[in-house]
Amino acid sequence: MEFLGLFNYWVVVVLMMIGFYIVICSNNLIKKLIGLTIFQTSVFIMYISMGKIEGGTAPILAEGVTLYSNPLTHVLILTAIVVGIATTALGLAIVVRIKESYGTVEEDEIHAKDKKA
Amino acid sequence: MESFIHIIILSMLVTTAAAIVRVKDLFAVTMLAGIYGLLSASFFVLMDAHDVAFTEAAVGAGISTLLILTTLSMTGRFEKAAENPKSNYKPALALTLVTVTGALLIYGTQDMPAFGAADAPVQTHVVPRYLNDSATEIDIPNVVASVLASYRGYDTFGEVVVIFTAGIGVLALIMSTVSTAPVALRASMEEHVILRIVSKMLIPLILIFGLYVQFHGEYGPGGGFQAGVIFASAFFLYAMLFGLTAARKVVNSNWVQALAALGVLLYGSVGVLAMINGGNFLDYNFLAQDDVHGQHMGILFVELGVGITVASVMIIIFFTFSTHQQRDGEPD
Repeated sequence: MEFLGLFNYWVVVVLMMIGFYIVICSNNLIKKLIGLTIFQTSVFIMYISMGKIEGGTAPILAEGVTLYSNPLTHVLILTAIVVGIATTALGLAIVVRIKESYGTVEEDEIHAKDKKA
Repeated sequence: MESFIHIIILSMLVTTAAAIVRVKDLFAVTMLAGIYGLLSASFFVLMDAHDVAFTEAAVGAGISTLLILTTLSMTGRFEKAAENPKSNYKPALALTLVTVTGALLIYGTQDMPAFGAADAPVQTHVVPRYLNDSATEIDIPNVVASVLASYRGYDTFGEVVVIFTAGIGVLALIMSTVSTAPVALRASMEEHVILRIVSKMLIPLILIFGLYVQFHGEYGPGGGFQAGVIFASAFFLYAMLFGLTAARKVVNSNWVQALAALGVLLYGSVGVLAMINGGNFLDYNFLAQDDVHGQHMGILFVELGVGITVASVMIIIFFTFSTHQQRDGEPD
């Protein structure tokens, strides 16, 4: 696995930037939220990649195993995933309310309505 | 071989994410996002993070897809292209910004320790203590569970409160004030006999598996967070196949709301009980005669609290969204 080197982190950066691009460049609020999810997952991948030890195994203690991957990063990300879905749900609920008030979830149309008002 | 799978999965992740940028049909985007979640779950398995993979598979590929689809049915399926020429959206500018930021970050990765290095700072700080001492201090095989529920119990308490608060937030934003849906809508899947029968057989198995993940979490991958989402998904499946009206008969929403609070309360009470017995907040050593027993009891109840809250909040969120959708009128 030597040659993998920093490959994981480069993929993380690429994914993060794709998510970032979707967030700043798409007009639709739902797509923005999906972009945020991609961004978020890239951070998860970074943490989990950092925790991996070459030749290690899952951090569940067993006889005859001496090398375990990092349990701490797993704990942090495992809770972050569930918190992430809860906050995404909150974001989606706000989108639903915006749709009811403005009749649209496209950002430029919302701005246009705001200007008229 | 493992490196090969590793590279393939990461490339597929990038491809999926790139496809999400290009596709305008939000239904397809949601499906791609589900695939993205499943791929990252597979990647986590490869990285020895089985607990994380469990959670991501249930959340990223399951629940989040479902929630986004429910929202889409209320907001419309297609993303409009910004046709206004004076619009604020300048893809070229955004692309430049993203490329520059990405390049800077990649430059920054030069200082990162190589992947898989055993002497990386992240492996040498506090983790050796968790790995070496948890066998004697806590005596459960799954180190992830002992770190989650015992060593970092404060953190986890905070996270559970955040999840609870998010559930309340969703309720506050879109809870239907009208108590009953005017017409009992026919379950959309009523005519799919095979789906109905197969899921009828699956639902009890999913529930049992959820309980297994909850109570076996100290010995294998699992715990309250994973069990909560798995348990809740059985109810989602029921609601999707047999309609909300039928599901409401199974799940009383007042009870579920009470349960969401009860889980947090259970977690907090374990902490307070430790204080009453003379220890610090969430110091499980004071829960029983000897330390290890106390740790076992503390972790059991704390994980149970987490599981109850996570499952209830997920059910609350899903039911609130679906009820809102039904009341709001037909999908357009």
